[in-house]
Amino acid sequence: MRWIWIDRFLEFESGKRAKAIKNVSLAEEHLHDHFPGFPVMPNSLITEGIAQTGGLLVGEFHAFEKKVVLAKLPKAVFHFPVVPGDTLTYETTIDYIKDDGAMVTATARVGDRLQAELEVVFAHLADDERSKSLFEPKNFVFTMKLLGVFDVGRGADGGRLTEPPGLLKLEQDLKAVR
Amino acid sequence: MPSQNEIFDKVRTVLTEALGVDEEEVTPEATLVGDLGAESIDFLDIVFRLEKAFDIKISRTDLFPEEVLTSAEYVQNGKVNAAGIVELKKRVPFVNLDKFATNPNVKDFGMVLSVQDMVRFVEMKNPK
Repeated sequence: MRWIWIDRFLEFESGKRAKAIKNVSLAEEHLHDHFPGFPVMPNSLITEGIAQTGGLLVGEFHAFEKKVVLAKLPKAVFHFPVVPGDTLTYETTIDYIKDDGAMVTATARVGDRLQAELEVVFAHLADDERSKSLFEPKNFVFTMKLLGVFDVGRGADGGRLTEPPGLLKLEQDLKAVR
Repeated sequence: MPSQNEIFDKVRTVLTEALGVDEEEVTPEATLVGDLGAESIDFLDIVFRLEKAFDIKISRTDLFPEEVLTSAEYVQNGKVNAAGIVELKKRVPFVNLDKFATNPNVKDFGMVLSVQDMVRFVEMKNPK
């Protein structure tokens, strides 16, 4: 099982912004108990989806060579409950990015309605053994492809976004092993 | 260059946004860790916001002189010696070390930094 809380990227501009959607369905088991008889998409999982949208944006900027972790939410405001049948649109913009981390501002909308406003701080973990075991690069290749980032992505030069060479090589190595 | 009052106002805004504290709590004497509840990860956030607000560059070691605080030359039995205090004054001249120097436990250094120190720090960076 993979911990993925977005369905697809709609837009992806390297180093700048990304837009993704999440369809909320009553087929998702967590809605059966949250709450019994009154299904509501948990705001914590909306936060996770936003962090994934912004986290992949930050990771891609450094060609996935840094281990990006959610460090802090300086701001998280939610305006109304999200229910099955809603489609959430997450928009994340890089506010600031440097060697040791990044700050992203984000919104969630249902149609035209502003549902959430967040600020997310990401930190880059030191490249030690522990963080290596936490972050397997092959997961990024798989996730980025699955979510359609390379279908819609634009690189810093405005051209089509391509897979970072490091990931491409890794993918080839993995295939060779199989 | 902005006046000290202008710098203080911006530093206060940065700290209220980064730490979720009220403006009234951000007095010049308040310490970031002790009084305003800053944790280590907050300093990443504070540095981002200061750089943006003042158009300056801050490196990770600007605020925390790790090389002094972990040096066998300057630290004995968990305390900074007299030579270490002199070195700290050179390394972080914006920090008021008077109180720290009376009982210089290395582990307490993180508690020393005050709002006024931050204002002096920004001033020394020649903000626009």
